[in-house]
Amino acid sequence: MSATDPRRTIEAVWRIESARVIAGLTRLTRDVGLAEDLAQEALLAALEQWPQSGVPENPGAWLTATAKRRAIDLFRRNAVAERKHQDLARDLATLEQTVPDLNSNLDDPIGDDLLRLVFISCHPILPTESRTALTLRLIGGLTTPEIARAFLTPEPTIAQRIVRAKRILAEKHIPFEVPRGPELAARLSSVLEVIYLIFNEGYSATAGEDLIRPTLCEDALRLGRILAELTPIEPEVHGLVALMEIQASRTRARISPTGELVLLFDQNRTQWDQLLIHRGLTAIERAHKINTTRGPYLLQAEIAACHARARTPSETDWPRIVILYTELARLSPSPVIELNRAVAVSMAHGPHAGLALVDALASDPSLARYHLLPSVRADLLYKLGRHSEARTEFERAAALTRNTRERDLLLTRAASCETDPTNP
Amino acid sequence: MRFMVIVKATAESEKEGALPDPQLMEEMGKYNEELSKAGVLLALDGLHPSSKGARVKFSGKSRTVVDGPFTEAKELIAGFWLWQVKSLEEAIEWVKRCPNPHCGDSEIEIRQVFEMEDFAPILSEEQIQHKVERRAELPNQTANK
Repeated sequence: MSATDPRRTIEAVWRIESARVIAGLTRLTRDVGLAEDLAQEALLAALEQWPQSGVPENPGAWLTATAKRRAIDLFRRNAVAERKHQDLARDLATLEQTVPDLNSNLDDPIGDDLLRLVFISCHPILPTESRTALTLRLIGGLTTPEIARAFLTPEPTIAQRIVRAKRILAEKHIPFEVPRGPELAARLSSVLEVIYLIFNEGYSATAGEDLIRPTLCEDALRLGRILAELTPIEPEVHGLVALMEIQASRTRARISPTGELVLLFDQNRTQWDQLLIHRGLTAIERAHKINTTRGPYLLQAEIAACHARARTPSETDWPRIVILYTELARLSPSPVIELNRAVAVSMAHGPHAGLALVDALASDPSLARYHLLPSVRADLLYKLGRHSEARTEFERAAALTRNTRERDLLLTRAASCETDPTNP
Repeated sequence: MRFMVIVKATAESEKEGALPDPQLMEEMGKYNEELSKAGVLLALDGLHPSSKGARVKFSGKSRTVVDGPFTEAKELIAGFWLWQVKSLEEAIEWVKRCPNPHCGDSEIEIRQVFEMEDFAPILSEEQIQHKVERRAELPNQTANK
């Protein structure tokens, strides 16, 4: 029975304890790469010893103590070379005597260390793909093979990204700290970006063939929930958590029984996960309680919440979605957001108003090859009874999309324009 | 994966107007906070004694309502959590860290919740392997979106 398999038990302990162990060790050694290596050595020791001795009463403290002993040995060996390390070895030895159980009595400082670990894993100096891998490994407690599997990437590639990340952090002497003042906002947005990237890697069916990978969404959600408890005063953190909770609530309805993507308006809303929706709405409330400012994640979460609250597509509060998209477009202007706003406007105020906005986007070079522009335009033209124009636009959209299923759908719609007897 | 973690009732917890010990409440509060901070806790609730509940018994087409309390305390539940974890072992490790939920002997049961994957496998091992190999051939596509 798996419940008694010591290896799986140790893996579970590792998942629970590793981030805090590594965070504590990084504070002591001032080197995240070294800290992780030491923690890994402690894990190996656990794998050797626990199957015989049993899992200790406080496994986290055991792992920390074992890693610290290795650190002291290592520093003593290197002591001749560097005075700094002598000091460190002394600090470590003192700490070991005065604080035998790091985990049980240093609740808040450990929270701080964990937050520092989050910030260093998501440091903007690292390439994006290194940030995601390092964060999943250090904060999420995932092993390299697990990360490789989740990203459908060969294991050596992931290992390389992690090694490179650690090397950059060491070479650039990136401090182990929670950024303060004006730097905080930029650094926090990098953290949020990393978590949302991980989420989207799991959530977005890319290039038509990849299906959803729910475990990666779960990992991202877990990271987001941890961050929300570490930095409860940041509205955007709750905004991101809310956005992910609500998007994840649709997972079950998003894939058809034959494995195809189902769009929002075609989803069976009774399959939406009400627990996650509830959690998402609660996270939005938490953000609102902090202050009235709304960043891009919170705005997107609130748009998602409008859909989540509507039991049928026709019950959607479109005027509110228009307001939210307008605010989002002001904060982070982008033609794609503008196109979404146009759709919302057409739903709230009719196809005419929507078409005016879409037409204004027609000349935007960044949307020149974006199939959703002609697709949205075609739909609005069709609703206005301008069927022959709609047909041209549907065909143009079909030619631009790379997703075969979507192309079929667009061509079917184009054909339906042709056969309409009232509008030749 | 999700687990429902169920605290079984005891004769004590089934008593009329039974309220948990304040000291235990505090320890449980701390424990729940730990679960929250670890991003594991999805939902939780405690239940009144079964004297405030009822059962509906089915037999063919007939329905019979039986009012609480129910006698077999060990078969009753006093509360539950819903957790998101990676494995049964992780759920077990978390349960081992839980304070004893009652004075004296108690029991916590861990049950896995059905997920979409249980009905239709998302990706088989072969499919994953196939994708990994294909991606390896296309270095430009291994970057994160």
